[in-house]
Amino acid sequence: MTKEEVIEKINEFLVDEFEVDPDSISAEADLKETLDLDSLDYVDLVVVIESNFGFKVKGEDFVEIKTFQNFYDYVEIKVAEKVAS
Amino acid sequence: MERRVVITGMGIHSCLGNSLDEVRDSLYKGKSGIGLDPIRTEMGFRSALTGIVERPVLKGFLKRRERVGLAEEGEYAYMATVEALENAKIDMDFLMANEVGILYGNDSSARAVTESTDIIREKKDTSLIGSGYIFQSMNSTITMNLSTIFKLRGINMTVSAACASGSHALGLGYMYIKNGLQDTIICGGGQEVNYHSMGSFDGLSAFSINMENPTKAVRPFDRDRDGLVPGGGGATVILEDYESAVKRGAPILAELVSYGFSSNGDHISNPNVEGPSRSLERALKQAGLQAKDIDYVNAHATSTPVGDSNEARAIDAILGTNKPYVSSTKSMTGHEMWMAGASEIVYSMLMMQNNFIAPNINFENPDEASAKLNIVSKTIETNIDIFLSNSFGFGGTNSSLIIKKM
Repeated sequence: MTKEEVIEKINEFLVDEFEVDPDSISAEADLKETLDLDSLDYVDLVVVIESNFGFKVKGEDFVEIKTFQNFYDYVEIKVAEKVAS
Repeated sequence: MERRVVITGMGIHSCLGNSLDEVRDSLYKGKSGIGLDPIRTEMGFRSALTGIVERPVLKGFLKRRERVGLAEEGEYAYMATVEALENAKIDMDFLMANEVGILYGNDSSARAVTESTDIIREKKDTSLIGSGYIFQSMNSTITMNLSTIFKLRGINMTVSAACASGSHALGLGYMYIKNGLQDTIICGGGQEVNYHSMGSFDGLSAFSINMENPTKAVRPFDRDRDGLVPGGGGATVILEDYESAVKRGAPILAELVSYGFSSNGDHISNPNVEGPSRSLERALKQAGLQAKDIDYVNAHATSTPVGDSNEARAIDAILGTNKPYVSSTKSMTGHEMWMAGASEIVYSMLMMQNNFIAPNINFENPDEASAKLNIVSKTIETNIDIFLSNSFGFGGTNSSLIIKKM
């Protein structure tokens, strides 16, 4: 999966399932603020990542994910690790 | 001082229509909402018959967080409540400024329970269930969701009393308001229609198997009835203290004048005559009414051989001297179970407002007990001043509500 494909897929489920305005998505935007995430939404984010990319996010990993770019990078690395293993 | 309790709004989403107007027309025409659900045949059900209820599309109306925890019956209840609040001229400003409560009847949320358990079995990891199922799977799913959506700050509770849940919810709302504890309560009943919730009931062979003629399958009080047909949806009735309703210029549709109740103290599923009779008697006594005052009885009659017969005996025993008109709207809706006690108030209210009595369709030949009742088999145009609505449930729980025109 290419970097572009990861970004496209993430943006797609954020728009479809989290009802994010596509215009508000940018690499440097704050993920929590843009998505208006509360603790329950993080639970759903774990599910949607697992169903789209086949790996499970650990709750503590979200601490380091501040921006959309952090999120794309994190998923890209995890997908690459999965392929490598 | 005891206060008077009035109905100021109603809303309905059922197999007879998605609004009060649609449902009124279906009732007048004696239109059945019963059909077949193919997945039940696939899943080995004895009967695929069910009320056909349209699932509302709430994306765009409710925010994601408001929808995630809303189970199927909650969606129906939401639709009914939006209509009822509008009907009662209650907006969000009123809800924010006043202490409004919610008492809703519901006694299952099976789909969420089975689906979330399926995920556990498949994934062996509870963190992959997601956040919504917990709020969808509890019996109180409707009240917990609607109280959040509508920002309610009064009494907030679900009433689980099997097929009398909706009726008891209204009855308890009546008690809270009558005794001065609340001024306005959103009351009602919701019922899921998915196959998950009906399998174990189907397993009791309680459902009609007349699948060749779905609209003929439910035949309460008829000699040839062979069981009930499950249905569902959502029904909301806004109850208010009379004085408060007058003060805010609310539309006053009718007065809820009594709440009769009883428990059979008998078999878990077989109803008797004595329990329902006591519920009827209590309702009459509490309202200070006599048998002759009741114009119409919306019967519980679900189309089961024993249940209908015993209810007919109870109605005859308590109201027989007057022979009020009797019909079971379940002949058109099927048994809306947890919702039925609320929806049947809405159906009867529509009849009272529009001067007709909806027919007990498929009533062709009486049996020994129903022959003693004045059962309406074709729509009749007549004035209703006072009606009584019965609801009975497993465990022998009974509820009878009496409503009076104002």
